Amino acid sequence: MSYLTHAGRAEAFVLDHERTSWHDETLWFVRQKRDRAVYAVPEFQELRELASQIKNHTLSRLDHYLAQFEAAALANGVQVHWAADAAEHNDLVLRIVRQHGATRVVKSKSMLTEECHLNPHLLAHGIEVIDTDLGERIIQLRDEPPSHLVLPAIHLKKEDVGETFHRHLGTAQGLTDPQQLAEAARQHLRPKFLAGEVALTGVNFAIAETGSVVVCTNEGNADLGVSLAPVHIASMGIEKLLPRLQDLGVFTRLLARSATGQPVTTYTAHYTKPAPGREMHVIIVDNGRTQQLGRPDFRASLKCIRCGACMNTCPVYRRSGGHSYDFTVPGPIGSILSPNIDLKKHSTLPFASTLCGSCTDVCPVKIDIHTQLYKWRQIVAEANHLPTAKKLGLKFMGRLLASPAAFKLSGQLARRGLRLLPHALSHHPGANAWAIARELPEPPKQSFRDWYAQQPSPTA
Amino acid sequence: MKVALFVPCYVDQFYPQVAIATLQLLAKLGVPATYPPAQTCCGQPLANSGCEHEALPIYQHFVATFKDYDYTVVPSGSCVYHVQKHFDKLDQTPDVQHVRATTIDLIDFITQVLGVQELPGTFPHKVGLHLSCHGQRGLHQANESELTPVRDGRLRRLLASLDGIELTELDRNDECCGFGGTFCVSEAAISGRMGHDRAHDHLRNGTEVLTGGDMSCLMHLQGIVRRQQLPMRVLHAAEILNSTLTTS
Repeated sequence: MSYLTHAGRAEAFVLDHERTSWHDETLWFVRQKRDRAVYAVPEFQELRELASQIKNHTLSRLDHYLAQFEAAALANGVQVHWAADAAEHNDLVLRIVRQHGATRVVKSKSMLTEECHLNPHLLAHGIEVIDTDLGERIIQLRDEPPSHLVLPAIHLKKEDVGETFHRHLGTAQGLTDPQQLAEAARQHLRPKFLAGEVALTGVNFAIAETGSVVVCTNEGNADLGVSLAPVHIASMGIEKLLPRLQDLGVFTRLLARSATGQPVTTYTAHYTKPAPGREMHVIIVDNGRTQQLGRPDFRASLKCIRCGACMNTCPVYRRSGGHSYDFTVPGPIGSILSPNIDLKKHSTLPFASTLCGSCTDVCPVKIDIHTQLYKWRQIVAEANHLPTAKKLGLKFMGRLLASPAAFKLSGQLARRGLRLLPHALSHHPGANAWAIARELPEPPKQSFRDWYAQQPSPTA
Repeated sequence: MKVALFVPCYVDQFYPQVAIATLQLLAKLGVPATYPPAQTCCGQPLANSGCEHEALPIYQHFVATFKDYDYTVVPSGSCVYHVQKHFDKLDQTPDVQHVRATTIDLIDFITQVLGVQELPGTFPHKVGLHLSCHGQRGLHQANESELTPVRDGRLRRLLASLDGIELTELDRNDECCGFGGTFCVSEAAISGRMGHDRAHDHLRNGTEVLTGGDMSCLMHLQGIVRRQQLPMRVLHAAEILNSTLTTS
């Protein structure tokens, strides 16, 4: 199995049985926390519907709300920039940093800057960039991409973190106590915050009416960074907009409950205008979003508020790990976003699902994720990105299943073949992927069709 | 009432006893069903693999085979879900609309059409119910843990009405078993692991008989149970209900 496919990477992950159990149970624990928080709000399903409608409405007139947001932000004294793609975004950030002669950047959690690969760009130009979210900092030290939207280091155990901190921060070897490790990270990050010349943040929600951006964190690291540095750059995708401030409450009620089972994030910060003598920039990024907006079947994927609930519930994600998706946004939502970016490279992701539908049912903005997975499969096949053997087999199956006589004959052959073949051959794991973990059904002497034909008075 | 039986392809070849039990169960409930021999498949294996276009002749054949029946009863929620949801790709002629509306899962037919909510009979075993995703989340046959903590469903109620039965309370009531059609071979490692975890949830909580409304999930789970030689029997719900019901 190729390591270029989800199945290949997943197979490597699942080889470690105990670690896979741990990963699955850890994320299932988060899913259960989410369940308890959801059950406790009687109107939760109404909130989901409302959030879905607000997002659908906003996406239906995104041009209008983007212009409204820009005008309001400019009136607040915010500098607004537009980036068509990742390269433009990264160049804008670098230009602003350089304008201030800065070399030290602190960055709170932002999946958009991950998507744009901003860190390598800044580092290549001699700018130090420190991720201040604890999970992000851990994986930055290890030079790994995040494996989850909300829990970027969820693939690591506390032993792995202890080892990483020992190597990079000089903590004692074998230290695994979470509180002591967190304290070590605090001591390490505090001078970085104080030295920060530019603070980068992501954006959870942007309010068209007020021109403000809202950033939700549990660590307060975005606020600390922005409060200390003279320059704030907030990067947002075009889909982050909400029309009015009063719409926000629907989403803050949904976001933390869906993500971690908390009633609300610890910090929900509104950034509206720069403090006197300071600068605030907002970079509005497209990077493929307009193209997705133009696909009627997949437009709803832009409603995503990045809560990660679909990952926590996905039985495949929990057992294959975020890195098996090889895309900035892993899991079910990543599998419907990534084909828009590079259909061929990500062609196996829509198939990394049983279509069980749990993702759709936890999604706080009601994205029909599993339906979109099904629809991407059709597009992958039409674009000829299915493996050749699979494609030929399916074409053959199509002709077979439209013909009763051929269907009957092939069924008989398969069943008889299975009865005659020795077990070692019929269950050879190299030739039969079914048999790696499973026995084949025991073939009966007679099919139902044959049994039925022998009944005394079949009425058909 | 003119009722046809649709037998999924793998049930026809590997689990004839499930189709026989379905036919006999329907007869005992006063519904003689017929098996149109021209039937093949609902097309789902192709469509879920991305070859919906190649599946269209299969859809047309399915409609032609079942258009003259009041109901087409299927002992598999997955096939029913496919016909109801994905036959939207056909021109919506009256025949197509009729077949989409009247192709129905066996348990839904018993509980919703016949209005039978409980059955007489005794089944003195600890029974673990596997909820198949397409039946549960697709056809709304059972509550979903994503929405409510209450574990309830049509098949669960039917089984619970049998004397002597004890239903297993699982750690995870409605997690997917990992079958997923062609997923079971294209993602064999994850599929096998998911099946392992489901089977062991049942084992841990004392299931003696593992059942459900969809033989595809059960075929996968049975493959795991037999490979690992776990002390569990696997039966389709139709087999249990038919065995406990003596007269019509």
